[in-house]
Amino acid sequence: MGDHHKPSGIKRWLLTTNHKDIGSMYLIFSLVMFLIGGVMALVIRAELMFPGLQLVDPNFFNQMTTVHGLVMVFGAVMPAFVGLANWLIPMMIGAPDMALPRMNNWSFWILPFAFTILISSVITSALGGPSAPNFGWTFYAPLSTTYGPASTDFFIFSVHLMGISSIMGAINVIVTIFNLRAPGMTLMKMPLFVWTWLITAYLLIAVMPVLAGAVTMMLTDRHFGTSFFDAAGGGDPVLFQHIFWFFGHPEVYIMILPSFGVVSSILPTFARKPLFGYSSMVYATASIAFLSFVVWAHHMFTVGMPLAGNLFFMYMTMLIAVPTGVKVFNWVATMWKGSMTFEVPMLFSLAFVILFTIGGLSGLMLAITPVDQQYHDTYFVVAHFHYVLVSGAIFGIIAGVYYWLPKWTGVMFNETLAKWHFWSSVITVNILFFPMHFVGLAGMPRRIPDYALQFADFNFLISLGGFGFGLSQLFLVAVVWQACFKRKGKAVTDQVWESAEGLEWTLPSPAPYHSFTTPPLVK
Amino acid sequence: MRRVIHWTHLLVCIVIMGYSGLAWSEMQLDLTPGVTAISQQIYGLHRLMFICCVVIGVLVFGAMFYSMLKHRKSQGHKAAQFHESMTVEIIWTVIPFIILILMAIPATKVLIAMNDTSEAALTVKVVGSQWKWHYEYLDYEGNNTIELGFFSVLSTPREQIETPIRSAGLFPVGLASFSGDRVLPDKSNDYLLEVDKPLVIPTGKKVRLLITADDVIHSWWVPDFGVKKDAVPGFINEVWVKVPLGKEGIYRGQCAELCGKDHGFMPVVVEAKSPQAFDQWLADSRETQRRAAEEAANSVEATFTFDELMSLGEQEYLAKCSACHQANGQGLPPTFPALADAAIAKEASKLGEHINIVRNGKGAMPGFKDTLSPKAFAAIITYERNAWGNDTGQIVQPKDVIQDH
Repeated sequence: MGDHHKPSGIKRWLLTTNHKDIGSMYLIFSLVMFLIGGVMALVIRAELMFPGLQLVDPNFFNQMTTVHGLVMVFGAVMPAFVGLANWLIPMMIGAPDMALPRMNNWSFWILPFAFTILISSVITSALGGPSAPNFGWTFYAPLSTTYGPASTDFFIFSVHLMGISSIMGAINVIVTIFNLRAPGMTLMKMPLFVWTWLITAYLLIAVMPVLAGAVTMMLTDRHFGTSFFDAAGGGDPVLFQHIFWFFGHPEVYIMILPSFGVVSSILPTFARKPLFGYSSMVYATASIAFLSFVVWAHHMFTVGMPLAGNLFFMYMTMLIAVPTGVKVFNWVATMWKGSMTFEVPMLFSLAFVILFTIGGLSGLMLAITPVDQQYHDTYFVVAHFHYVLVSGAIFGIIAGVYYWLPKWTGVMFNETLAKWHFWSSVITVNILFFPMHFVGLAGMPRRIPDYALQFADFNFLISLGGFGFGLSQLFLVAVVWQACFKRKGKAVTDQVWESAEGLEWTLPSPAPYHSFTTPPLVK
Repeated sequence: MRRVIHWTHLLVCIVIMGYSGLAWSEMQLDLTPGVTAISQQIYGLHRLMFICCVVIGVLVFGAMFYSMLKHRKSQGHKAAQFHESMTVEIIWTVIPFIILILMAIPATKVLIAMNDTSEAALTVKVVGSQWKWHYEYLDYEGNNTIELGFFSVLSTPREQIETPIRSAGLFPVGLASFSGDRVLPDKSNDYLLEVDKPLVIPTGKKVRLLITADDVIHSWWVPDFGVKKDAVPGFINEVWVKVPLGKEGIYRGQCAELCGKDHGFMPVVVEAKSPQAFDQWLADSRETQRRAAEEAANSVEATFTFDELMSLGEQEYLAKCSACHQANGQGLPPTFPALADAAIAKEASKLGEHINIVRNGKGAMPGFKDTLSPKAFAAIITYERNAWGNDTGQIVQPKDVIQDH
């Protein structure tokens, strides 16, 4: 199939309905957001390097923590997953493209506008204008309603746009998977990445409207005289938290399940052994997704819920450890008695399994309500969710990028630089986040711009780790730049990796503009 | 367990050797066991969970590393092809499930004990507001007419907070101070964890705290008591504390829920006194408060000189207003407007509005009518209208500020 009907220049990218073009735009967008969110994190770490107010005033510090969280969650992690889905799902199930290509274009092109709106408020604020959103990425009422800055309305609008984009992306994934599978590709033959994305897409459709509802209620509380979250008018600030976390907890799994899928593809390739317990992996993913709807209030163990509520959410949360454990055990069993080599995607996947498990174990500790009441809102929590999101979700994304990059570009990326990227990242990410467990246990609350003196040494170390991790990501930029834009590197075979399996590896490298124009037959 | 902690401690020491102006001995790595029965039970649960997690971690990572070392291609290991076993799937589903049940039993017991706020000897209402705590003694052993209440505010001086510390280790003293002439003050031992008036409670008696908030959500946290509870505006949460006899002392914590700009500067300090000392303190404090109220009532009629008001005004302004409006009156616009050369503080016609804003607050600014004595209030207004070149020459007396204009 030729590229004859492809417009050139900027119009190619504005008007494209091709799953690979859109996937690439999603991935590049997410890399840009990752760097912007990272710069905000570095402002936070610079401020916290020493006790005393160093660089920014506390209000700007709060804006940094808020927008860092929003940019990383909605701008870096989620679009990266949609980018991977766009590139890979059609190639993995033997389809020519995504099922709804025009909607695909639209769901991407909403995002730059959404984030321009959000980030413009930060730029305005940094230049001395009115405050950007400063209430934390969880935007609890009434701090974000009655007490929110004027830019909160920008925030509400941009969250609406992100939600619309995510929902359309999810619909596209579901429709594609159910309608465009090649003959013989039954559900239980689908690669695990496709499975985890299918389940993620259902989570997105279920909870993004809840988030939209929450921000709409904020909007009407702020401007139209309602009192959903204001006790003075008969509302309840805690109601906000229930609604937010009913979105927020499934959101946590939205940000990890596709990484599970990526790692489940990579480990068998480099262990040269099939994935252990394929069907139990599918069922475990589905169980995690189901349980994610009944654990939301474990983020709220200190708000004053009745005893029965605290107990219920504690038990349900502990229960999630079971399917999560099954996944980790299956990965270890996949490696067991394999014939392993340690190419860069494998290195990131192994780091993923270990560091995600550390985050999972601290999550288990956080499930225990009485102890959580000590851990809650301390750096222990910050350590926990950065282990699962940075060395979990993001390492999974990076592993996936390295794994499929040669297929996308047709050339092997610069492996030396990529190994530098891995080793510098894996060392600094631990210097960055591991000591946070200690300062958290010792009693340092999160979201504070200055701290008591006993936390000074560890914060200095954490900041060093932070700068190191930030700088390490420049290796990633260099590798991607060389491979994608310079096409520098050795040409690769169709299979790329010695024992990679799956339909995507039957296509030529680089993958043709249109994937399977005639469906392959899956036996 | 102790060896694990020492090992990490040592590693950290090596990594950042050469940096440190602060004593290592003060460094805490673990959750505090605290002083109350509840906090110690929580600590016990924490250790149980921690040990379980370490054991699970060692087993899983041990298997992984063994596999990574032995089952590698470079060692000539040939891949086996097994990929399914119902038996092991069932084993590693059921065993974790059983472990979880064993963890849930003690956790449930502690949680039930934490919820029992009955039969308290002392009841104190705790109200969070941006960015201070208010304590009101409601009931002590059947006496519910105590009428004692006060605010508890951070007492670390602003200059300690606002001067960057670059004196430790890597950066020589003075090098990095942004505006060259500023001296680097030492930070006090309890930097950011000290208040003007702590909550005082008796030891050996059950104290019930009724926690709520005036504006946004705060969270009252003292790690040594194992108590952290959100202060939600419009709702009241209950917790209880019983500090054992013999554990008299000062216990420190912080606000644990993001509550706006000065969330990091809202410490909680509790002083536990023996029952006798507490009774004495309570009697003294009630007397002091009664006299202060009397004095304030009298001062409403008094007239003060310009100089008296300006010097008291400067002191009060620095303590209560300068965090936002800044010591030089320039504010941090646009969130915190300037007062120097501002119409609100200069034009005679706006005096009433000026007083009303300080009384009742405006937007993000809290009202001060309950926290300032009429004298201090009048002094602040006078100061704001005459400092930083505002020079209106206007004098505001206590009687001018006791009601809305």
